[in-house]
Amino acid sequence: MIQTLDQIFVLAKLWLLGYVPAVAQPLASAILSVVPILIAFPLLFAITTWLERKGLGRMQNRLGPNRTGPFGLLQPIADAIKSLTKEDIVPVTADHLVHFLAPLVLVMAAFLAYAVLPIGRNMVLVNMNAGVLFFFAIGSTVELSVFMAGWSSRSKYSLLGAMRAVAQMISYEVPMVLATIVIIMQAGSLSTVTIVDKQAGYTGIFPHWFVFTPWGFMGFALFMIAATAESNRSPFDLPEGESEIIAGYYIEYSGFKFALFFLGEYLGMFATSGLAITLFLGGWSAPFSFLTWIPSYAWFFAKLLILIGAFIWIRGTLPRLRMDQLMNLAWQYVLPMALINMLVAGIWHFMPGGLLRWLVCTALLAAPCVLLSLALKRKKRLQVRTYYFAE
Amino acid sequence: MVGEGILKGLAETARNFFGSYVSKDRLTTVQYPEERLPQIEAARSFPFLVYDGSDWQQGMRCVACQICEKECPPKCILIEKSKDKKPDAAGKQQFYPAVFNIDISVCMSCQICVEVCPFEAIKMDVQYDLPTDDRFGGLLLHKQQLAKSNEYYNAIHPTEAAAVDAAFAEGRAKVEAKAKAAADAKAATEAKLTPAPQPQPAGGESR
Repeated sequence: MIQTLDQIFVLAKLWLLGYVPAVAQPLASAILSVVPILIAFPLLFAITTWLERKGLGRMQNRLGPNRTGPFGLLQPIADAIKSLTKEDIVPVTADHLVHFLAPLVLVMAAFLAYAVLPIGRNMVLVNMNAGVLFFFAIGSTVELSVFMAGWSSRSKYSLLGAMRAVAQMISYEVPMVLATIVIIMQAGSLSTVTIVDKQAGYTGIFPHWFVFTPWGFMGFALFMIAATAESNRSPFDLPEGESEIIAGYYIEYSGFKFALFFLGEYLGMFATSGLAITLFLGGWSAPFSFLTWIPSYAWFFAKLLILIGAFIWIRGTLPRLRMDQLMNLAWQYVLPMALINMLVAGIWHFMPGGLLRWLVCTALLAAPCVLLSLALKRKKRLQVRTYYFAE
Repeated sequence: MVGEGILKGLAETARNFFGSYVSKDRLTTVQYPEERLPQIEAARSFPFLVYDGSDWQQGMRCVACQICEKECPPKCILIEKSKDKKPDAAGKQQFYPAVFNIDISVCMSCQICVEVCPFEAIKMDVQYDLPTDDRFGGLLLHKQQLAKSNEYYNAIHPTEAAAVDAAFAEGRAKVEAKAKAAADAKAATEAKLTPAPQPQPAGGESR
């Protein structure tokens, strides 16, 4: 019974495939796997916009949306109708083709990333043996689409926003990949399915998630910092900084294309959160051994919702960083910490198990963490800038 | 300690989040169409025309001098002066505005028209919810829509309206006193011209 409930989607797919002639089965199989993802995650996006507006409202002692439907639950539908009926304005001087393609590329890239995320037991679109690599390769396409949008609009605001976005995304892509390397070292595989399987065991009632090791915890923290920056969310929302460059790279977009940018951004956030869950939080596995009767996909989505809640909480709390603070954080703190973390993961691997291993690895991570953050906090003496070329 | 500020901030937002569900005093939101904040006396939205008495056409204080039309910075007032004169609330013959339109989609609520009006005829309204589905015609207010009674003015701006009424009463008293003085003088000269018959009525009048 529990087994059936856990595998219900897999079984349903196999049952449906039974009605398809053998020639069309590969295509039908692909469609049957893709369509649920195309439905589930945009639906999650709709729920998240509502959750975010409600949560932020409550954090600011407001009510949030409460007019459309009970507790404002129909607000996403109202927003969708509004964005669909709005006029689609394209600037006269814009590069029309690129301007049109940019939101499509963004959404497409965001969706492609879900191909390697194991949503439940046996529920992964493609079990690629280079899954993590594929994820990051697709993730970099987002930068392309952002720059396409910023450049083709021919607006100084959108160009500035795109420049900021690209600079930020590339800066944080490096520590993000380096933070995942510890997992790849430990699991010995780039396949997301294998990585989750490695974490599925239990000691007593506690799971073998990578986040419950010193290097895994540090890797998770670094990964989440980089993921926040990658998805352009507060406190790293410089690319769209409303008070400075209005809406950044998508300022010249209106109507449904704007909604697509919004969708793409949130899908990207879910995908990176999903990867964080896969790599550090044990994917679809239950947090305690006595809870394994709950279906695996439910655990995945529960963890995803918790991470989304954390993102909203952070957004409601922190102010936006300045550009130099953003870059300093990336290159002077997150990147060195990721490198040290790799070293610690190696030491962990070769030391015999026991309390000593824990103490050594924790100390090796805590000391540079404190030192680097003190270095970040150090007051800088500003000098009068001398211009060599501009006079 | 590093990151202490972030933790403090997270705790604060969490306190707000849960507190807003527990105590209603935290919520500053007013559910607008159902609840409204009490009206502030100094509030202002768009101008209206004051009339005395009960008949808006007869009692209108405006005499179509067109000063407000000329002073209006965004030029949202249109006045057409009447050809004939009609008696106003006091019974004096006056010009009146044949057409008086204010386009509130143009009006910027600067109150200059109110400040320049020598007749206290145009004042600022406080009504702010003026939605319409006709963005041109619906926002162009005509004379009848603009005309509002002095009682309404007293209700929305009590202090200001009381001062205006007092000034009017004082002015009226002054005019009456002057008229009386003129009448007295006239009576006196007449009394001088004709041989004075009796001193008692004059004393009675002065009393």
